[in-house]
Amino acid sequence: MNAIPKGKVGLWAGAAAALVILPLAWGAPYPMHIMITILIWSFAYTSWSMMGRFGLVSLGHGGFMGVGAYVTALAWNNLGLSPWLGIPLGLLCAALLALVVAWPCFRFRITGHYFALVTLALSGIVLQVIVATRGLTGGSLGYTPDRVPGGSSIIAFQFTDKATWYLIALAVWAAGLVIWYAVERSMMRYALEAISEDEDAAAAAGVNVTAEKLKITVISAMMTAMSGALYCQYQMFVSPDTVSGISVSLQMVFAVVVGGLYVALGPTIGAVITILLGEALRIGFGPSAVGWDNLIYGLLLVVFIIFLPQGILGSIMGALRRTPARASA
Amino acid sequence: MGFLDIFLVEALVNGLLLGGVLALLALGLNLIFGVIDVAWICYAELVMFGMYAMYYFAVVYGLGYWIAAPLSIAGVGLMGVALHLLVISPLLASAPINQLLATGGVLFFLQSLATVMFGIDFRNLGIRLPTIEVADVFISYARLLAFGAALAGMVALYLFLTRTYVGTAIRAISQDRQIMALMGVDTRRIYVITSAVGGALAGLAACLLVLQYDVHPFVGLSFGPITFMICVMGGLGNMIGGFIAAFIFAEIISVGGLYLDLEWGYVFAFVFFIAMMFVRPEGLLARRS
Repeated sequence: MNAIPKGKVGLWAGAAAALVILPLAWGAPYPMHIMITILIWSFAYTSWSMMGRFGLVSLGHGGFMGVGAYVTALAWNNLGLSPWLGIPLGLLCAALLALVVAWPCFRFRITGHYFALVTLALSGIVLQVIVATRGLTGGSLGYTPDRVPGGSSIIAFQFTDKATWYLIALAVWAAGLVIWYAVERSMMRYALEAISEDEDAAAAAGVNVTAEKLKITVISAMMTAMSGALYCQYQMFVSPDTVSGISVSLQMVFAVVVGGLYVALGPTIGAVITILLGEALRIGFGPSAVGWDNLIYGLLLVVFIIFLPQGILGSIMGALRRTPARASA
Repeated sequence: MGFLDIFLVEALVNGLLLGGVLALLALGLNLIFGVIDVAWICYAELVMFGMYAMYYFAVVYGLGYWIAAPLSIAGVGLMGVALHLLVISPLLASAPINQLLATGGVLFFLQSLATVMFGIDFRNLGIRLPTIEVADVFISYARLLAFGAALAGMVALYLFLTRTYVGTAIRAISQDRQIMALMGVDTRRIYVITSAVGGALAGLAACLLVLQYDVHPFVGLSFGPITFMICVMGGLGNMIGGFIAAFIFAEIISVGGLYLDLEWGYVFAFVFFIAMMFVRPEGLLARRS
């Protein structure tokens, strides 16, 4: 992953311009909604892959998403705190939660599937806390941020216009990719790759194992909380089932594995595939499609892990990279 | 305060009875983990299918509880074998995390399969078992039965593992995976048998749980995570550790649920789980060293 060659800059700029302009020019509400949803979930999946790609497989990210969404919405409804402050507060809470859970894990060398199971408890805790504090959060029935009169307000971070949401989601998604590339080019990446290969060897080579892992975990948790807050503000409704708990955590893992864990756009491809598949089934089969989408997701997840562990985009890019190398050799 | 104490005693007794079923669930998971070194994330979903099997055999086909139970146990045992042959064995050589995620995919698959096949209605056997009163403490007969059957199941497993040839081979493999293959033990066969036994334990748990809870496609989520936490806290693969942890968790849930809501009981149990990781990570590390 070297710097992008100069000739490709024009291509990237063109692609970016197309992403901004085309949907806005088209403007039909339903496709816009699908694209906003894809972008928000792409960002969430990218956040998960930030640590997933270094072998830190978390099943607790549903919890971080829930924290981001609920803290923002609760601060707005109960304290009148604008999401512009509420979202940073939510991110802070997610970061603290990540520290509390991840620090002992990393300190005591809980790795691999042990780590996955511990974080699974985290998803469970957040879900149960939301359900248990139903007086405040509405429990399993869900929660709605109070709408401002008129529907749109910058201070309240509420917009009725889909185009505004599209641009916000696009910007956040792009920021997610920028963070991904920033990590890709940092020393942190080498440290974390060394850690994922062999923790003892990395520590012997002078890598502060616990600190490096904590850093990426906190970054990942805060990004995930951001996606939760964004989802809540866009949908104006959250329920524990949609933004927290084990299903959401597994859904993140699934989409990333399908798209490709080790490439920047893998999670995005995963989101496109899963959301379009879900929508296609919903439209194709109507209400009788309940369950069929997850049935196919689950089956695909198993098939992908067995036959295509690099994911769709990862495998394509791997094949492309190999072909020219063979030709030149 | 005497009034409160009776409720406390009742909660403690109920916790003990709940602990029996949780211990049974943890036992199956620990067996699979200890022997095959794979965590079946979808374990609770196997239990859910077992509960549906009970419902269909006992209510829809009218076979009666005592005929439905062995059929269901055998059915879930076969599911365990299928899970192993179709999903786990192709992945035995790949990273443990991939095996974990694959069983996560199976969790989704089974949940949705149940939704598609059985719908999202809550179903139950329609059996109302009486309540027993012992010294002012009310004990549900269903829970007592579950506790007794869970204990019997555990004793049977213990005897199987210690008194039979296959059981000895299973224990040996859990101690050293490489050497046993060299000693002439067919590991694949042992893995299949272990999966069948693990599945059968899930089936047994299903027969007991269906007496107390309604079955619906998402019922697995209500006790799947807790089972995993019990296993992790006891040390994954460590059956005795899991057994003790099951009762600790059950008491926390039951007593916590007495003073606040049931969800708070779960919250306390989860927080306790994470706190224990600060205090006693050995529980988690017991099998790794």
